Amino acid sequence: MVRFILWRLLQAIPVIFVVITATFFLVRSAPGGPFDSEKAVLPEVKRALEAQYKLDLPLHEQYVAYLGDLSSGDLGPSFKYPGRSVNEILSSGLPVTAELGLYALTFALFVGVLAGVFAALKPNTRQDFIPMGMAMIGICMPSFLLGPLLVLVFGIYLDWLPIAGWGDLPGDKILPSITLGSAYAAYIARLSRAGMLEILSQDYIRTARAKGLPEWQVVTQHALRGGLIPVIAFLGPAFAGLLAGSFVVETIFQIPGLGRFYVQAAFNRDYTMILGTTVFLSTLIVFFNLISDVIAAWLNPRLRAQFKGGA
Amino acid sequence: MSTQDIGAIVEAEEGASLWNDAWLRLKKNRAAVTGGVVLVVMVVLVLLTPWIAPYSYEAQNLDLGATPPSAAHWLGTDIFGRDLLTQILYGGRISLAVGFIATAVALVIGVTWGAVAGYVGGRVDSMMMRFVDILYALPFMIFIILLMVVFGRNILLLFLAIGAVEWLTMARIMRTQVQSLRQQEFVEAAVSLGLAPAAIIFRHIIPNAIGPIIVYTTLTIPSVMLLEAFLSFLGLGIQPPQTSWGLLISYGAETMEEYPWLLIFPGAALTITLFSLNFLGDGLRDALDVRGSKD
Repeated sequence: MVRFILWRLLQAIPVIFVVITATFFLVRSAPGGPFDSEKAVLPEVKRALEAQYKLDLPLHEQYVAYLGDLSSGDLGPSFKYPGRSVNEILSSGLPVTAELGLYALTFALFVGVLAGVFAALKPNTRQDFIPMGMAMIGICMPSFLLGPLLVLVFGIYLDWLPIAGWGDLPGDKILPSITLGSAYAAYIARLSRAGMLEILSQDYIRTARAKGLPEWQVVTQHALRGGLIPVIAFLGPAFAGLLAGSFVVETIFQIPGLGRFYVQAAFNRDYTMILGTTVFLSTLIVFFNLISDVIAAWLNPRLRAQFKGGA
Repeated sequence: MSTQDIGAIVEAEEGASLWNDAWLRLKKNRAAVTGGVVLVVMVVLVLLTPWIAPYSYEAQNLDLGATPPSAAHWLGTDIFGRDLLTQILYGGRISLAVGFIATAVALVIGVTWGAVAGYVGGRVDSMMMRFVDILYALPFMIFIILLMVVFGRNILLLFLAIGAVEWLTMARIMRTQVQSLRQQEFVEAAVSLGLAPAAIIFRHIIPNAIGPIIVYTTLTIPSVMLLEAFLSFLGLGIQPPQTSWGLLISYGAETMEEYPWLLIFPGAALTITLFSLNFLGDGLRDALDVRGSKD
């Protein structure tokens, strides 16, 4: 197991390095300097600004300096909000996005696994078709459509829930979480259905049934563990998707999280902010992929055995 | 009769029976057939848009303003008095064009990459696939936004950027296919005849791997369209004066309280199209039996 984790860590390092390098040079190669838009800055002022942000150095020295800052955890200053660093902006947005993501994922897992397992217990019956049909809708209905529709129905017509904000009014976290989570609920439903169907046809399930275990115990104690491996493996990539989804959901519901900052930085062409956020988010995503791989491996006895020996 | 003719006949017969078989199975799948029909209708409509759209794309009527669906404007009008049906038709041209073109980009890169990696094998293969692994781990959504910011928001770049991230799965699928095909006698025969690797890959291997390619292509189009709509919704994709379904949904969401039809109809157009593509893709997968014998 330790070997597996080390091996995956070794793979993650070049990925993060590629992200940092590619993002750095992409952002630096953008046409126009970050201060060109300011109205008629005096040449001396511009030079001073450039010196402050180390833009006067040759590109490779800037790159080395940036790597140096990064290694001490400093993501640099923001171009557009003087005096605020990327670190500050990120640390104010991160808890909000993390909370939103957590609720969305909880919703997705709960609804998705329940629907998937139910469908798998009676395949090709109504108990299968109805949840799977709903899952298809969930996959095809993008969050930027579902969100406004939910707001329209539950926020405006029925007036049950607040239509925007985060933690300001009771219940204002419900709609964003459902909006963000529903597509994942749908994927998880399909994955857990497929996983359960495969496991339920295995010999050890027949053994468990032959022992006379009640069906619910067969499902919860024997089948779920194996049947949900695909779901766990999906959680890593899902995390990346949740982050991207938070761009839209945070914009719709005006939530002050990372996603909204990122979209705003993209609009404002706040290059250091984009650079810092991209590096930060990418590292997070790579890290979560790593964790989900490790958990999936840990749950899968075959893979575990492979790495216990000299693989 | 030369051996070449016999080969051609055998190939034609086998091909025909495979495709007939798949066609019969596909026809039985009602969801897939409906999806296919809806899709064809949609494509014909957007292709004919300049001739069948009830109003011109630029036509405004500021005095009229936003009106609900009526006899003159079947799907209503927006705040500038523009006919929504016309907007949706023109938006559909862009949304579907992005879907098809970006998928085509992904298809060409992915199939070539995967076929070369799988055919050449060895160190080249492991290097090419490691490259794919690294790209896979990148947060591609963030990267597309980054590209759109750095190079400006133009539609050509959008095709390329989306195509450039969607080819990875195609490359993996193709490689697996090629690895199994490479072992077969007809490829050995082609090698012993002295054909160049490129000729073998494009003439013999890719045509035999066409099933998974078709299926995966059908399933890539909706995810590409979703990506475009997502970017346009955020204001980072298609820019006015052009329009797309994502952009229309974005405008609709702004004014949905007063004018809900501006959100609902473009949303329905996008959702129905994505539905159809997914059903068709699932149906094709079953019909062409892509995952081998039923899992």
